[in-house]
Amino acid sequence: MTAARTAGTATETAEAARGVPSGEPPLPLLLLVGNPNVGKTSLFNRLARRNERVGNYPGVTVERRTAEMSLPGGQRALVADVPGAYSLSARSSEEQIALQAVLGWADNPRPDLVVVVVDAGQLVRNLYLVLQLVELRVPLLVALNMVDEAGERAPDPQALGAALGVPCVATNARAGGGLVELSQAIVARLARAQQPRLHVSYPADLLRDADAIADALPAAWRGSVERDRALSLWALTSLEPDDELVGIPDELRKRCAEVLARAGQRDIDREIIESRYRALESLLAGVLEAQPGVATKTAPSRTERIDRVLLHPAYGFAVFLAIMLVVFQSLFAWADPVMKGIEALFGLVHGLASQHLPAGFLQDLVTKGLIDGVGNVVVFLPQICLLFLFIGLLEDSGYMARVAYLMDRALRSVGLHGRAFVPMMSGFACAVPAIMATRTMERRRDRLLTMLVVPLMSCSARLPVYTLIIGALFPPSHMFGVLPVQGLLMVAMYLFSTCVALIAAAVLGRTVVRGASVPLILELPPYRWPGLPSVLHLMWLRARSFLREAGTIILAFTVVMWVLLSYPKLPEPQAAAALPVAAQIAAPGAELSPALAENEARASALEYSFGGRLGKALEPALIPLGFDWKIGVGIVGAFAAREVFVSVMGMVYGLGDVGEDDAPLRDRMRAETHRDGHPVYTPLVGLSLMVFFALACQCMSTLAVVRRETRSWRWPVFLFGYMTALAWVTSFAVYQGGRLLGF
Amino acid sequence: MLTLDQVIPGSGVIVEKVGGARSLRRRLMELGIIPGIKVEVLRIAPFGDPIELSVRGCNLSIRAAEAQQVEVERLPTEARAGVPASVLPSTACYSARSRAVPGLAKSAP
Repeated sequence: MTAARTAGTATETAEAARGVPSGEPPLPLLLLVGNPNVGKTSLFNRLARRNERVGNYPGVTVERRTAEMSLPGGQRALVADVPGAYSLSARSSEEQIALQAVLGWADNPRPDLVVVVVDAGQLVRNLYLVLQLVELRVPLLVALNMVDEAGERAPDPQALGAALGVPCVATNARAGGGLVELSQAIVARLARAQQPRLHVSYPADLLRDADAIADALPAAWRGSVERDRALSLWALTSLEPDDELVGIPDELRKRCAEVLARAGQRDIDREIIESRYRALESLLAGVLEAQPGVATKTAPSRTERIDRVLLHPAYGFAVFLAIMLVVFQSLFAWADPVMKGIEALFGLVHGLASQHLPAGFLQDLVTKGLIDGVGNVVVFLPQICLLFLFIGLLEDSGYMARVAYLMDRALRSVGLHGRAFVPMMSGFACAVPAIMATRTMERRRDRLLTMLVVPLMSCSARLPVYTLIIGALFPPSHMFGVLPVQGLLMVAMYLFSTCVALIAAAVLGRTVVRGASVPLILELPPYRWPGLPSVLHLMWLRARSFLREAGTIILAFTVVMWVLLSYPKLPEPQAAAALPVAAQIAAPGAELSPALAENEARASALEYSFGGRLGKALEPALIPLGFDWKIGVGIVGAFAAREVFVSVMGMVYGLGDVGEDDAPLRDRMRAETHRDGHPVYTPLVGLSLMVFFALACQCMSTLAVVRRETRSWRWPVFLFGYMTALAWVTSFAVYQGGRLLGF
Repeated sequence: MLTLDQVIPGSGVIVEKVGGARSLRRRLMELGIIPGIKVEVLRIAPFGDPIELSVRGCNLSIRAAEAQQVEVERLPTEARAGVPASVLPSTACYSARSRAVPGLAKSAP
């Protein structure tokens, strides 16, 4: 335990990935491979006993879970999962992972045993992957999973194992069946090698082609004749002039292109795939022949009966809307009380710490920096947990694939994947869990595009800002006697942000994250009862990785924001003198209203702070949008979290802490005037400000979580840059356009 | 030439030829959509796209643009009886045992 834990903090070398510090013999490494939706995750959860870690495959942001498991006889082993794949042939660097992991290439540790999980009800298609693994001559064990669901269609594991020449164990991972047998088979298989028997008879021409390629394979790849041949076939089907594979030598690409050119009329892809399916069909026929009572399906399955309702053009859509309504409403309604409770709790701790620590730097650091910072992190947990609970249930039951099926047409028109629907809608609650939810998409390009537009959806933190501005600057009157102006404006802001997000997706998808349009091939798995333990476990893993990785960045940002808004402190004796001077230097011509003189010390302190100076320094850029430097300070402060705008504005205007009741702030805003007597806040300024808040990326937590999900600072910086530019330009257009029109 | 996107939901067809970009072809064929195999079109999504298929006992969904690349032929027996395959309810699903699918032998390379 302790040994593995020390290794957990080590760098990602091959040894550390095995969880063992150098010096000790490494634990045997088992790799779980399989098609998507075959219960690989359930099996992993069943086998994983301790030290579970979520990392990434080297070089790509594809999740890699590793854990220790115990085997009969006190032996321990390390088990790691591989993303679900239908085949080892690849076009993108993400699809390449399966092959690299299985063969131990590209900084992946070499597995001692590959456990390939097979859905007993979908044998032919699943065995296609098994066949590829057999051809590569990797040490293999087949876990024939979901035997319960397959019922009579399930083959006899003994017979199947004998035909494949690979040990085969029947399991039922969801209910925990067959695990003892699987562990015993793993021990036996680790102890002695076994020659696979499965043989594919490829056309003679194809074999000659494969052999022509084999000597172009890099020396490090080559092994037995069988492996060379299998890798040659892999290269023939995978390499294309525009593929995104990494680490492929030019010589190999050249050789493949030559062979393909020479093939002329022959259809090499079809020769390979068809030969394999033919071999599998005859193998299966042999296995099932010996089993009397193996039935072919007749009556429509349970899944088909459910789909007739859930995918129906009318009822299906109604059910879909109802399910989504429950999910998103609960993100607001259920998470809110818990979030309020967390805020209250941290407020309490903040208060206690203030009482017991001596006033001064230390007290401020602990209360306003650390305690508030931890609070800023923890407050996201209810929404993250709820969203991942729902995503887990939707994924596990098989409904998530149906969401993608139903929404694909609509979202594709702006370049998004059908699975982007849930993250996009979650963006209305909060961008942080929504960005984490993009993981349900397999392709990096789809995830990235969704991450870049989700922060444009009007999140709930913008609501207090809209409420303040609409309440202060727009009359509670009705248009045409019936339509409430304030309500209409609120709806308009939500529509506006949604439209901008969709337009941004269309534009970014064709420019910044341009990717070849990938055909949608979506499996609609059979409906199953979700396994609650596994869903809860995944929810916990997500929450933990958020706390560890994004949480530390959010905490650091909170401390920085605290320093920005509190330092340098106003020098006591010069306070009165320094203030106007600072104001004049930073922003000549800035208005010094009589109200400023009555402001409390906090307002002056805020103005004197870095944040205050920054707000003033930004004024030249803000004037064209209709904002003054005080709004600038509010915008700087809102970077901590958008709703902070309200309290920072309260401080700027010397009103102290503005809590739930912002009526005094609204009055103060209405009364605020420029030096020439014109009001600072007109409805046009209000509109410009709301547009700015709708579009600007003023949320350090969003940036932190994007950094965590993309593993680079490049994308959060880009996100901040493009959203801020978009906000400025749009606000400029609104304000200046409005002025031209005479508002 | 009938393509998969034109097949009326509820009817089964035999795959004749898989066309289109190489990566798409490869993916479709690796999922078992190879010439000679029986495919049933189950339904079409509310916005008219994508379409849902049943191949080798597995439900897959592909977009109409991609389905257009798959040339199909009506089930020979039904077509011979003078009834368009598209109006016949399809019951038989592909399984390993019913592998004597018409057309497989003739489509061998």
